[in-house]
Amino acid sequence: MGNRVVITGLGVCAPNGTTIDEFSDAIKKGLSGIRHQPDLEALNFSCQIAGKPVLSEERISQYFTPLELRNLNSTGIIYGVIAGLDAWKDAGLTIENNEEPDWDSGTIFGAGTSGIDKFRWAINKIDALEIKKLGSSVVIQTMASGVSAFISGKLGLGNQVSTNSSACATGAESILLAYERIKTGQATRMLAGSTSDSGPYIWGGFDAMKVCTFKHNHEPEKGSRPMSETASGFVPGSGAGALVLESLESAVARKAKIYGEVLGGHINSGGQRGLGTMTAPNPTAVQRCIQIALKNAGIEAQEIDVINGHLTATTKDALEIENWKAALELPADDFPYINSVKGMIGHCIAASGSIECVASMLELSEGFIFPNINCEDLSPEVTTLIDAKCIPQTLIQQPINILAKASFGFGDINACIIFQKYTHE
Amino acid sequence: MVLVILTPALFFKNTPMNKEEIIEALKTIVEPYSEEVSALAHIDENTDFINDLKINSANLVDIVLDIEEKFNIEIDNDSMAKMLTVKATTEIIAQKLEANAG
Repeated sequence: MGNRVVITGLGVCAPNGTTIDEFSDAIKKGLSGIRHQPDLEALNFSCQIAGKPVLSEERISQYFTPLELRNLNSTGIIYGVIAGLDAWKDAGLTIENNEEPDWDSGTIFGAGTSGIDKFRWAINKIDALEIKKLGSSVVIQTMASGVSAFISGKLGLGNQVSTNSSACATGAESILLAYERIKTGQATRMLAGSTSDSGPYIWGGFDAMKVCTFKHNHEPEKGSRPMSETASGFVPGSGAGALVLESLESAVARKAKIYGEVLGGHINSGGQRGLGTMTAPNPTAVQRCIQIALKNAGIEAQEIDVINGHLTATTKDALEIENWKAALELPADDFPYINSVKGMIGHCIAASGSIECVASMLELSEGFIFPNINCEDLSPEVTTLIDAKCIPQTLIQQPINILAKASFGFGDINACIIFQKYTHE
Repeated sequence: MVLVILTPALFFKNTPMNKEEIIEALKTIVEPYSEEVSALAHIDENTDFINDLKINSANLVDIVLDIEEKFNIEIDNDSMAKMLTVKATTEIIAQKLEANAG
């Protein structure tokens, strides 16, 4: 069986809120964090709107030393460290300056790429024959594991410290990897999460692929439209989400607040076989991932109260719902509630899964279902699969017990997690 | 390469800065890299960057970059490798300043 694993701390750095209180309030009210981005317009992007966390210099300086701040040019590291340290503090854990590291605590903090602005600066220096001017700050900010290395140093973590990377499934995967480590007794506590840089150099490739919307530059807040008939591509986002996972035994022993329990989950790949490609999901693999996650968690499909979807606002949203429906084998009128944070914050790429899991934990622990925004014109492709009442467009206040979260990524990869509300005994 | 220890007379002749002034400027440069308040307050020729100021060795290259900028000199790889103490660093700076002035 192994250890039961619960979530005791949350941190977030999202386009519509950079503290848990702000973010919780924003998702309940359906507040958008999507804004017009003058730099994208100046660079002739098709999509000139995006989601970026808003942080003051003063806030950032609370998390980094003056020396670290001197050459810091990695938004992903800034977001990840803020979310990670906030989650740690939220869990009631302290940051000690002990001689010995905390051998029982580690982190798996994912990223798609690190410090892309720093990388650009370094490349320009090298090409200008100024290699020496790079100094010591380039490697630590551009190595993929930069974010977990920064977090670990600040917290003094002595267990596994690593960065996972699996495109848009990164965040959900980080939680399942951390869960396994605690379940099997190799760690007591793991900070899971993921981060994603902001800016033209991270979003440019998606813009060129024409997967982002170009129809809403004049109305940023309406741009990200999961499940809408007028969905026309995703809005790029950025930020970080972080969750402290801990053995139930440890959480109870230190009388920690418990947001919920990770019952289980599954990670798989469609192997880019069948209908799966580098960029399109193999439906068989998606359905299999969801079904095995349920089995792993020991629950039945009808027990799911809410699905927090991947639902990016491309034309593939209906396919995702079709996959959920096939996997769960539930009728259209008895389908769980389904919602997507992406309507409010866009697609935060590598950070999407972790930010969305933070939203999921808030729903479970506080008893609410956040509204979907920008789908007042629901896609008929979606409503032929499930009843419109399953897609809330206003806040629902009600206790929920089981929530399923899935994320899917380029490379034909899938991750599904089953969370349960924790009732203090 | 042989390190030339400059006499104060020679030093004054060619540069506008004396040794004390260089050490003072150096202190301002290294300050952000060290958390050793007391060692920083008592910085002198014998101060060792790593042992006394507990500066992360990776940051030594950043200190050299700051020195280059501050004194408007260029420091070669061989010289850089020797810059582990205030004494050696001051001497190298003085030497480069002298070369510039000469």
